[in-house]
Amino acid sequence: MSIDVTSSREPPKGASALAFRSGSANERAAPSRQREKSPTRGRKPKHLTIGRVGLYAFVAVAAAFFLLPAVVMVLTSLKTMPEIRNGSIFALPESFDLTAWVKAWSSACTGLNCEGIRVGFWNSVVITVPSTIASIAAGATLGYALSFWRVKGADILFAILLLGAFLPYQIFLYPMVRAFSMVGLYNTLACIVIVHVIFGLPIMTLIFRNFYAGLPVELFNAARVDGGGFFRIFWNVMLPMSTPILIVAAILQITNIWNDFILGLVFAGRENLPMTVQLNNVVNSTYGEREYNLNMAATILTAAVPLLVYFVSGRWFVRGIAAGAVKG
Amino acid sequence: MIAEATTHSTARSQGAGGQPDKSRPGAAAPADGDSSVSVRDLDIAFGAHKVIAGLNLEIPPGEFLVLLGPSGCGKSTLLNAIAGLLDISDGEIWIDGKNVTWAEPKDRGIGMVFQSYALYPRMNVERNLSFGLRISGLPKAEIEARVKRVSELLQLDGLLKRRPAELSGGQRQRVAIGRALVRNVDVFLFDEPLSNLDAKLRNELRVEIKKLHQRLGNTMIYVTHDQVEAMTLADRIAVMRGGVIQQLGPPKEIYRRPVNRFVASFIGSPGMNFFDGRIETTASGAEVRLDGATVPLDRYGFKRPPEGGRKAIFGIRPEHITLGETPPEQFTTHGMVDLVEGMGADTIVWTSLAGAPLTIRTDGDTAIRPGETIRFSFDPANACLFDAETDLRL
Amino acid sequence: MTSPRKRPKTASLVLIPFWLVVLAAYVGTMLWTVQISFTASKLLPVDTYVGFDQYERLFSSTRWIVSMQNVVIFGALFISGALVLGFLLAVVLDQRVRFENSLRTIFLYPYAMSFIVTGLIWQWLMNPGLGIQKAVRDWGFESFSFAWAVDRDMALYALVLAGLWQASGLVMALMLAGLRGVDEEIWKASRIDGIPAWRVYLFVVVPMLRPLIVTAVVLLSISVVKAFDLVVALTNGGPGISSDMPAKFVMDNLFTRQNIGLATAAATVMLITVAAVLVPWIYTEYFRKVRAGAAT
Repeated sequence: MSIDVTSSREPPKGASALAFRSGSANERAAPSRQREKSPTRGRKPKHLTIGRVGLYAFVAVAAAFFLLPAVVMVLTSLKTMPEIRNGSIFALPESFDLTAWVKAWSSACTGLNCEGIRVGFWNSVVITVPSTIASIAAGATLGYALSFWRVKGADILFAILLLGAFLPYQIFLYPMVRAFSMVGLYNTLACIVIVHVIFGLPIMTLIFRNFYAGLPVELFNAARVDGGGFFRIFWNVMLPMSTPILIVAAILQITNIWNDFILGLVFAGRENLPMTVQLNNVVNSTYGEREYNLNMAATILTAAVPLLVYFVSGRWFVRGIAAGAVKG
Repeated sequence: MIAEATTHSTARSQGAGGQPDKSRPGAAAPADGDSSVSVRDLDIAFGAHKVIAGLNLEIPPGEFLVLLGPSGCGKSTLLNAIAGLLDISDGEIWIDGKNVTWAEPKDRGIGMVFQSYALYPRMNVERNLSFGLRISGLPKAEIEARVKRVSELLQLDGLLKRRPAELSGGQRQRVAIGRALVRNVDVFLFDEPLSNLDAKLRNELRVEIKKLHQRLGNTMIYVTHDQVEAMTLADRIAVMRGGVIQQLGPPKEIYRRPVNRFVASFIGSPGMNFFDGRIETTASGAEVRLDGATVPLDRYGFKRPPEGGRKAIFGIRPEHITLGETPPEQFTTHGMVDLVEGMGADTIVWTSLAGAPLTIRTDGDTAIRPGETIRFSFDPANACLFDAETDLRL
Repeated sequence: MTSPRKRPKTASLVLIPFWLVVLAAYVGTMLWTVQISFTASKLLPVDTYVGFDQYERLFSSTRWIVSMQNVVIFGALFISGALVLGFLLAVVLDQRVRFENSLRTIFLYPYAMSFIVTGLIWQWLMNPGLGIQKAVRDWGFESFSFAWAVDRDMALYALVLAGLWQASGLVMALMLAGLRGVDEEIWKASRIDGIPAWRVYLFVVVPMLRPLIVTAVVLLSISVVKAFDLVVALTNGGPGISSDMPAKFVMDNLFTRQNIGLATAAATVMLITVAAVLVPWIYTEYFRKVRAGAAT
């Protein structure tokens, strides 16, 4: 089954909206005739039946379930501590107070350091940028090699990679730590970048291999007849066609690497701890009274980058999810 | 069956001794009487599955050879092997007097046109045409000259700055042909180049390719499953099935004297009518006894003298049957019309002979209706007889 | 040019570094982990082989047994819950409801965030003194209880709830793509036959979505096996060991408890469990098809 999430069609919104609201038969007649002609998706809506009301009730509850935590998070971050202690978690803040945000960004404490979550933010940037670029480069090259060049043993290489993608990190971590210590890289920026490239390799290879497998082999053959070699065909023919999958790969890797916790915790070293690790330290290992407004502001700040990617990329994000594990 | 096919191939041309040509034939003028493709004892296997076994094929210079067959018959595999796009298991491939069995595609002196056009989507027409030349490091002036010549030849002048997506299907395929032409090679390979086009364009481009061949005189190897393309374009057709060349010969011969029942049924539309029968010798020669009809075979050209009592399959093409009475040397019988299919220029009349359905191709404006009884006749000299066991022509 | 050699092997050369990385980083480390699990290693790896002693220790450890039980319960509830909820959401959006785009964005955004963020949000919502529990009690529902994260009996379900919040949107997105791919004529045919919609969904559409459901299950299973971040952020395995998971068990023993032998034994058990499920699946999903494709 092939999935093209981006092509999911817009339903004729106006029509069903009107039908849902209006009680008069006259008003309903026109849009429903229109609907007959338009290519309908899914079942035809029945106007204002019990089922339709139930449907919207379910939608409302579901939307509340998904939205509420974010709303509470934002509200809490704008309150003062006394407000939080005395009021309801759902109450609106009395004033628009950004103190907690400023504090979270620039002076929140993790242990003895009180330089705020911004340290983690910049660490995450410094980790994410090279890791994303390097893992995409590696995955694209390998995916291209696997899908067009018949190399002996390539099947086995790919099988190991796929298997690796599904195995828990715990199986690899300790020996890796030992190996990096031996070569003196452990707890450095290079170390965490290399680790991200290694663990990003399966998914990157998979999506590029799938993408290239979907291109016509004839294109590759034509380039071979034209005299192109491995890198020439890759660079001049395949890469210029790869913009969509490069975007998908970038979205996947930026969010994956930014959201990573365990690898950053183990490999990055004290100097380079990514934002997620710092956030957890700020929230879960503070001494004394917990500043929930600050915690929530820091949490929002940590989620901001992947959320921004999500909102900007829209349906590309979904494509990225689907690209990962659909078909071989 | 294999022996049958290979006897048709032309004398093996030039041994290994062709002149040790310098670089690629890039600079050489096309059709200088030297070029030819020779496939010797070719084996191709995908894993344990043998696709082509022991295939031999000699193509003289300047010939337009069509590889024809149903899908999966190995024709594209053979073409890709000649192009060097897949590794062969055994045998040799010679192009232009050189053993290119293990040479890179670019070093074989071939140009290739693909079914899906395979144009580089992010390059404009000009860059598509010149990509290979740029890779080979040709001087800029030379590249420009060649692109200019080819784009004039194919009327691509106005399209040079366009991307493939901005071209129509016919234009795309002309660019694809142009990409093969700029390489200045002696051998062109076509892999079903017209099958993605609609019927009208297909006819137009077919004519263009034919003209191109007449003008350039290159060797062309053309893969198709469309018998009309094969019949109209080819100097010789190689009909393939199951990785084996069933028959190799000029179109007329393939049509007139198919070597076996497969070739007979694959060529022609509507297909040849077949009837089970038995051959009996008579005083004047032989006859074939069908179920309820006996057709005299005195005028049929047997390959070997007929044996009496042999089970045979009798075939006659719909267009070789005429309605009504005809000269006495023709075989005449009658039948009831089951169905009439008007096709504009022609009408196909369905009736029956010897208990089996029979189609007759006749005028477009016939007044025959289902239920009528008609008389029809054919010349047994036009018929085909095949051995019922081996399917080979008798 | 005429020498009978094989193709130039640029591609093979390119693969060499990848082979090295894969063999060292995946195969090598895995074997090393298994090797350590047979030694008496504590703080540092040692070469004193003790056979299956670590495994015996492991399976006599209550904490490990609880972890294994937890991951099974968590996995079953999380995967089935996300599938059902995600499928329902997709079906609802497929009914041409208003604000479809906004709703889709709302259902999916948690998936963009890290498990750490998810865990911390729900930790706050489940705060016993100031969270939702307090708000609802203030409205007059005195017996309402939502302090799951600090409740020994409910901590595991707190993880499930947070997990569902984060991952149901993923299933929704996959299923919606699948529903949009269902042939319009199927719906026409079912209307002419007079089959109720829910029956068509259940008996016609769900079987058609099988590959997508498999995909979703695989993606969800991966996050179950890797469940570490969410646990750390939301419950930290507690209260006590009531919401501990194998991944966390391994991490604690590796990096804080200096019990390397035991940790690697636990990791090996995880490996075997996952591989037992995975190998047949990968074989059928990927290699059978690739082989079949290559032969034609």
